[in-house]
Amino acid sequence: MADVRPFIREELLPPERPPRRHLISVADLTRDDVARLLHVARSFARTLEREVKKLPTLKGRTVVNLFFESSTRTSSSFELAAKRLSADVMSIKAAGSAVDKGESLKDTALTLAAYDPDVIVIRHAEIGAPQLVARYTGAHVVNAGDGKHQHPTQALLDLYTIDEEFGGVEGLHVAIVGDVLHSRVARSNIQAFLLMGAKVTLVGPPPLIPRGIEAMGCEVSYDIGAIRDADVVYVLRMQRERMLEGENYVPSLREYAERWGVTRERLRPGQKVMHPGPMNRGVEIDASVADAPDALIERQVRSGLVTRMAVLYDLLTHEPVETEVAAIQEVA
Amino acid sequence: MLYGKNGPKEDLVVRGARVLDPVQRIDARIDVRIDAGVITQIGERVERNGHRVIEADGLVLAPAFVDPHVHLRTPGREDEEDIASGTRAAAAGGYCAILAMPNTDPVVDSAAVLGSLVERAQADAEVPVGFLAAITMGQGGGQLTEMVELAEAGAAGFSDDGKPVVAPGLMRRALQYNEVAGRRIALHCEEPTLSRGGHMHEGTVSAELGFGGYPSIAESLMVSRDLAIAAYEGQPLHLLHLSARESVDALRLAQAEGVRATGEVTPHHLCLTDEALRSLDPNLKMNPPLRAETDRRALVDALRDGAIAAVATDHAPHARHEKDVPFEAAPFGVTGLETAFSALYTRLVEPGILPLATLLERMSAGPARIYGIEPPRIAAGAPANLVLLDLEATWQVAEASFRSKSVNSWLLGQTLRGQVRATMADGRLAYAA
Repeated sequence: MADVRPFIREELLPPERPPRRHLISVADLTRDDVARLLHVARSFARTLEREVKKLPTLKGRTVVNLFFESSTRTSSSFELAAKRLSADVMSIKAAGSAVDKGESLKDTALTLAAYDPDVIVIRHAEIGAPQLVARYTGAHVVNAGDGKHQHPTQALLDLYTIDEEFGGVEGLHVAIVGDVLHSRVARSNIQAFLLMGAKVTLVGPPPLIPRGIEAMGCEVSYDIGAIRDADVVYVLRMQRERMLEGENYVPSLREYAERWGVTRERLRPGQKVMHPGPMNRGVEIDASVADAPDALIERQVRSGLVTRMAVLYDLLTHEPVETEVAAIQEVA
Repeated sequence: MLYGKNGPKEDLVVRGARVLDPVQRIDARIDVRIDAGVITQIGERVERNGHRVIEADGLVLAPAFVDPHVHLRTPGREDEEDIASGTRAAAAGGYCAILAMPNTDPVVDSAAVLGSLVERAQADAEVPVGFLAAITMGQGGGQLTEMVELAEAGAAGFSDDGKPVVAPGLMRRALQYNEVAGRRIALHCEEPTLSRGGHMHEGTVSAELGFGGYPSIAESLMVSRDLAIAAYEGQPLHLLHLSARESVDALRLAQAEGVRATGEVTPHHLCLTDEALRSLDPNLKMNPPLRAETDRRALVDALRDGAIAAVATDHAPHARHEKDVPFEAAPFGVTGLETAFSALYTRLVEPGILPLATLLERMSAGPARIYGIEPPRIAAGAPANLVLLDLEATWQVAEASFRSKSVNSWLLGQTLRGQVRATMADGRLAYAA
């Protein structure tokens, strides 16, 4: 085939693609990366206070949300984040798609790759799914949760929330309470909190604390009393849907709630409480704690939007955010 | 017990090689003459007698290898491997004999299935194959197979490989009855309530990555149980693909107490640890899983001092589309026939961790003795089961380099040292590069 390039005007050629980056694990991030992302997120938070909230930044870009597991918070906030940045968004849920007809993840990825998306956001029940999509598409891949492995944007939005509340993460003590074994949020957050200089203590019943997890650099306690020393009490959901039938991780939810549930009596006044949602009220967290003013749970959801905007922005642009935002302000 | 193609036996002289046979205690630059597939003369300046001459200056001539643990996927999954492709792969890996596991579809649990495999091997097998039969019907762990009839029909041994014999009472019956059947019973040791939901070794890496853990005790507990039953019954047994330090400890203890227990270890368990799984490469997923560095060292030590007598590849071909999925969804198993020697030479012999002669013995006479197969040897009167090795060669493992139908190798893309140049199996030239 003849080379058609000489006949196309230079400015009509697609710009050279920057090196492809992914956000699959918190382990992919440095302290500087996190600081930059939080900075970008703060800039977006300010623009969102205006009446017209849409920014033209990612106009002409395509973001595909590929969700193989149910999700309310994560999928809606990724969708809105992309829309606020004027990207074209395509959201695909496993139910009703070709996946129902037995299509493999590889074939789904190849199908989507044909549309040449800039970013694929994927949630999947199996560890390693984001790597597979990265292998078979040219898109930047953002992991929105793969099995029990990682959920890096949750960690970023939690860092953002804590940073807003405390003015920094360095030196804080975070207790992560509950079902660590089945929690991708716990794994991402342990790495993220430690990366930013916080101390992390895991608290829960021994069968739900993975053997050997201290090697990540955190401490472990089986006594719920240990949460009293923490600045932030991060409560995990009991992930009943990931538990193997008949494995007896805890004898009963009643006994779990009684021994490890986060109640008002077990907290010091002023301790901040977080939860990635959805909550099992009355199991891992008491309703009065969830609704108290010291709970940052709603703020976490709000942080999700600007943090995910920052992640999409960071993957797709190279301009410092100030230039972008200033230009936008002028237009507005 | 071993079945392969009948074909023209070679008349050959191998000239100038370093002949290395650890069992015969030969290590010298001498010639070897083969008449009609049988070694007839070893020494300096052997007469050519009009035979074809292989000039082997700079190469090593050793007894060919015996792989006690291969999955030929036949019958049932001939898309992944069949007897012809699997034995071609074996020949290219330097093997003169392999033993195939019975976890096929259907399972090799009757003389009829076994008989059809024997027939196919006699038509297709480039190197002789022995077939193990199942211990229990359908490997279901409920009903013993007709072990005596299967032994008479040519079963090389018995195994429910891929699955443990869960009930201790049934395990005991199998060992008792095998007194009459007279073959080796080979056990996949896994306590299923401890390994359930496990995708990799339980340790610091699984904790960080979030994988369900498959703890060492899931293996070692079953190893200890089976050794205790074997000791009580005074019966021999063989432990398949050992992975954990505690299993090695239990094996040593039983051997010291006089139990006739043997063990085998795979190249991947000798070379890798669970740290490698951070890449989430499905070609690093196998059962038992890669374990910690202390386990790996215990396995190397046991292979060196002979507590573990054999290297086994546990060659487990899988269709490309079955491995091309997220790690958690991938089946267990990796290939190994064509890379075993080079991988172990590169990772253990060259760095000085394992003597070459020891590796050669553990890949040849060691596994042969476990199953009562005549050990390959370089001696006048012995059938020519020989491998010619180039220890200076380096080569890159690539998909295109495999004779196996499957490419699920943990070594893809890696550069290895030491290469098989030719293999003679029962007097036939089965492979020549």
